[in-house]
Amino acid sequence: MGMGMTTSKGTIMTDWTDDFLVRALIAGVGLAVVAGPVGCIVVWRKMAYFGATLAHAALLGLAFGFILDTAPIIAVIAVCMLLSAALVGLERRRTLATDTILGILAHGSLALGLVVLAFLETVRVDLMAYLFGDILSVSWADIAWIYLGGALVLAALAVLWRDMLSITLHEDLARVDGIPVERRRFLFMILIAVIVAVAMKIVGILLTVSMLIVPAAAARPVSSSPEQMAILSAVIGALSVLGGLVGSLTWDTPAGPSIVVTATTLFLLSYLSRFRAQKG
Amino acid sequence: MTGMPHKTDAPALVSLTGICKRYGDTSVLDHVDLSVHAGEIVTLVGPNGSGKTTLVRVLLGLSEPSTGAVSRARGIAIGYVPQVVAVDETLPIKVERFLALALRRGQDKSDALTRAVEEAGIGRILDRPLSSLSGGENRRVMLARALLRDPDLLVLDEPAAGVDVSGQSALYNLISDLRARRGCAVLVVSHDLHLVMAQTDRVVCLNHHVCCTGHPETVSRHPEYLALFGADVGRSHAVYTHRHDHHHDLAGEAIHDGHGHDHEQGHHHD
Repeated sequence: MGMGMTTSKGTIMTDWTDDFLVRALIAGVGLAVVAGPVGCIVVWRKMAYFGATLAHAALLGLAFGFILDTAPIIAVIAVCMLLSAALVGLERRRTLATDTILGILAHGSLALGLVVLAFLETVRVDLMAYLFGDILSVSWADIAWIYLGGALVLAALAVLWRDMLSITLHEDLARVDGIPVERRRFLFMILIAVIVAVAMKIVGILLTVSMLIVPAAAARPVSSSPEQMAILSAVIGALSVLGGLVGSLTWDTPAGPSIVVTATTLFLLSYLSRFRAQKG
Repeated sequence: MTGMPHKTDAPALVSLTGICKRYGDTSVLDHVDLSVHAGEIVTLVGPNGSGKTTLVRVLLGLSEPSTGAVSRARGIAIGYVPQVVAVDETLPIKVERFLALALRRGQDKSDALTRAVEEAGIGRILDRPLSSLSGGENRRVMLARALLRDPDLLVLDEPAAGVDVSGQSALYNLISDLRARRGCAVLVVSHDLHLVMAQTDRVVCLNHHVCCTGHPETVSRHPEYLALFGADVGRSHAVYTHRHDHHHDLAGEAIHDGHGHDHEQGHHHD
């Protein structure tokens, strides 16, 4: 942590591509625009804990990435997909409740990730950066990953959107209508996995889920259609990134948490405005 | 029931034969036969936990039977109205958008939607959030949704649940109107006999196995039925029943065997 914070005051804004703040903003907004609509479905389908589980498992993916010497983002996505498959398999047996299974997978994989990382003596991982994010240190290569992954997720979401709405409203009705429910659900889990892998670098593992949940929840009181809520949550997410970065620069606070604090503030404002509108 | 095509003459839209469904050691369905023919209203009655919903899920293809055969007519469209649909408030969606979601891709939107909305009488609530509807409104919206794909068979699971009494009779009238207008077959699942009986062509009484089946009046006098629902139900039911102009030959109509053989035989009314 503490990266860039001290040097920020001395940065000269001659070449804007060198400015870490610009990179942070571009990266953060890119994430927010994708996390918003996906987060809406996460909120509607009550998958918040699932997102958290994948975020915890991301550390294990990171460890495997070091061992196998692959791009961390690929390893994280792979581990998240394995975990999604494990969840679907365990859910079918019906002997344990879903939240219990998720709890086991989340903490088991986080712990395993930490243990595996401890064995890798040649690698020194800045754990704090992965847990709480390091948005001020994103590179142009990171941004390329974010926008590539983000574009893929948005394209897939556009195709899945209608079916996901039907499944969310009533799974059996969707099945009778001929929608391949299980396949759609698994595809959607993969989308979350991609977002987790991308978001890890920016807001960190522990705050990734908040980028999915908080803007979507903040959009709910001011939305009257699913699409409106998706777009508004993307906007609220982007505003949170902007507000968080400005706040971080002004008060020298950690950037990732500042973004989440801004999003939470917007959430509270949104609910209060609705509450007052109902009273008046 | 004059003027209806004779049930056994019409082709079977769906037929289930020898359906068994077991969960572990528990047998929920035991050699159940059920068929629904074009244009008829069939009521599936049985106490709570008798396997009605399981049977419907098998019929719809939502659940695989342990043994037995399910056959559906080629190209059949089924409109399904599930038990009370709880709509979560976290998803903001208006009634009209909800209905439009159920249209086939590329299906002409205006025609089917307008007709279904009109038939279900929900024109006034199209702009309301789905989560704000009353029980009766919710049922009607789900019914309109089921009508969108011009179904050959409507399957309604406990349509009266969560609807007040006046709403219930309106709903049942609506269902029988729909049959008359569209000629679709209707399968109604119910644990509440009183209102259903008057409009239905055939009753199948289920308690894990088929206890008895036949015309409502016949079934209501069947010993197994009375044992299941109590003699009180039989009596109160009589109050609600229409007095038909034809009478039944009890000896000829009585079902001798309630254990899953061909119940279609022997239900000839004169």
